[in-house]
Amino acid sequence: MHAIEKLLAQKAGKESVSTGEIVNCTVDLAGINDLYLQTVRSFFEMGGTKVHDPSKVIMFLDHYAPASTIVQADNQKQFREFCWDQGIDLLMDINEGVCHQVLADRGLSHPGEIIVVTDSHTTTHGAFGAFGTGVGATDLATILITGKLWFRVPEIIRINFEGELPKGVYAKDIILHVIGELGADYAVYKAVEFTGFTLKQLSISERMALCNMTTEMGAKTSYIQPDEITMEFLKKKVTRNYEIFTTDPGYQYAAEHTFDVSNLKPQLAAPFSVDNVSDVTAFTGRKIDQAYLGSCTGGRVEDLAVAAKILAGKKISKRTRFVVVPASRGVFLEAMAKGYVQTLVEAGATFVTPGCAACLGTHQGMLASGETCITSTNRNFPGRMGHTKGEIFLGSPAAVAAAALEGKIVDPSQYID
Amino acid sequence: MMEKVARGKAFVFAENIDTDQIYPGRFVELTDIEDVAKHAMEGADPNFVKEFKKGDIIVAATNFGCGSSREHAAITLKAVGVGAIVAESFGRIFYRNAINIGVPVLVCPGIGKLIKSGDILTVDIESGKICNETTGVVAQAQPMSEYVMNILASGGIKPMIKKQLQSVNK
Repeated sequence: MHAIEKLLAQKAGKESVSTGEIVNCTVDLAGINDLYLQTVRSFFEMGGTKVHDPSKVIMFLDHYAPASTIVQADNQKQFREFCWDQGIDLLMDINEGVCHQVLADRGLSHPGEIIVVTDSHTTTHGAFGAFGTGVGATDLATILITGKLWFRVPEIIRINFEGELPKGVYAKDIILHVIGELGADYAVYKAVEFTGFTLKQLSISERMALCNMTTEMGAKTSYIQPDEITMEFLKKKVTRNYEIFTTDPGYQYAAEHTFDVSNLKPQLAAPFSVDNVSDVTAFTGRKIDQAYLGSCTGGRVEDLAVAAKILAGKKISKRTRFVVVPASRGVFLEAMAKGYVQTLVEAGATFVTPGCAACLGTHQGMLASGETCITSTNRNFPGRMGHTKGEIFLGSPAAVAAAALEGKIVDPSQYID
Repeated sequence: MMEKVARGKAFVFAENIDTDQIYPGRFVELTDIEDVAKHAMEGADPNFVKEFKKGDIIVAATNFGCGSSREHAAITLKAVGVGAIVAESFGRIFYRNAINIGVPVLVCPGIGKLIKSGDILTVDIESGKICNETTGVVAQAQPMSEYVMNILASGGIKPMIKKQLQSVNK
């Protein structure tokens, strides 16, 4: 069996599971964010009165942090009251940040557990050897009532990376390249495991970016076998015991792909699809109106560090806005302590409260018709950040910072020592 | 309860219609079902809600509903009264959400090329047989699993759980 299958089997109370089987699993941690008041409504509509196990539920007020309309404020108010009424202590209010980053910061994401959040990018937690998957409001309400959820045991695809990453090329470039090659629907209903030599060069933060973006190829979940880099990260964060599952030798994957990254160039996904990917040089010189650094894919300390390095002692282009959104309060504090915030604000950046901000097209950096944005976020769908005629390019944090500096798309490698 | 046979006009969409196009992010704060219904497919076709009638059928190429986990995407289509959604493939979470709230979603490879917007379709939800009454073309969707059919037959996950809770509490 694969490690993912062993994990699912244990949570379903079974000796083994096989591909395609539907299993009912105990969920270790269920997260709800503030887009999903429907979860609370569904809970009551189903006849729920008491949450099955409040200690396994976490609430994030991250997508509307802080509320910018009365309706959003009212939704958040109802969430807070639900937490207080139900004894849910893990209420992450508007001062905490993006759900996936908060889970990592607090050591709540670790190997061997099922983490289900009402956010499609819950695949991020594969970086820790967890089974993370996103669901809608009704599925989450089912967990609130029963503590369990049904899963179809997925086919598993192995994606292997070989070679050393060139200067100025990051995990974001790798995963954009993979999605460009395989397509936005390649892994629908499947799980994606990442392996190979290149992973040894990637920090937890970079691994989170890889796993986060598997959602953009349709994946149900992702997985990286925990290693010494994982353990080093978890040692500082996690206090409770956990189990690490390993894949049996000779396990047959549904498909296997190997990518050599040693000659990879910085990548961009051009409007309006995440799999519309090419080398950044294909768009060199394209004028941009806004550069956006943030989100659960591209708003970590390492991402702000790269941007600060590129912009230290310089000024962003006068024709460009540079919006920076730290992924969490933890990230914000660390970026302040290390001087990145000072550097970026001096260069002309506008800082926004940790959270999802304009990534989902609600507030704090929306695009007008005909505007172009380069962003470290994970989606460039039509209308994703505002007007449907606003164009979004996805790239690495380095590509975003370099574009903010020049006011146009450039190859970021030239700014990296 | 779900209708076993859906009959209505086809509204055809291309591949990778994402949840932001089905229901733009700026309206996710709305919770009243009447309000939610006003914005169905707005990001892909601003005229959709004016032309779509209860019982009509959405047909799409691959990966319909890719993107966000927002259940609003499925809720808005239920709210306008979609008879069925037939696509070559679906975004994973959208597919689950649609079933959970009782909207029939059928996977039918190649369907995008067989149907034009405005054709009149009959879709048998249980057998997966799709008849294009306008052209006479017939297609066969993949059968849904027993588990999924059970949820749809119950009218969605909510009535199903409600019933289970009631029988436990008796």
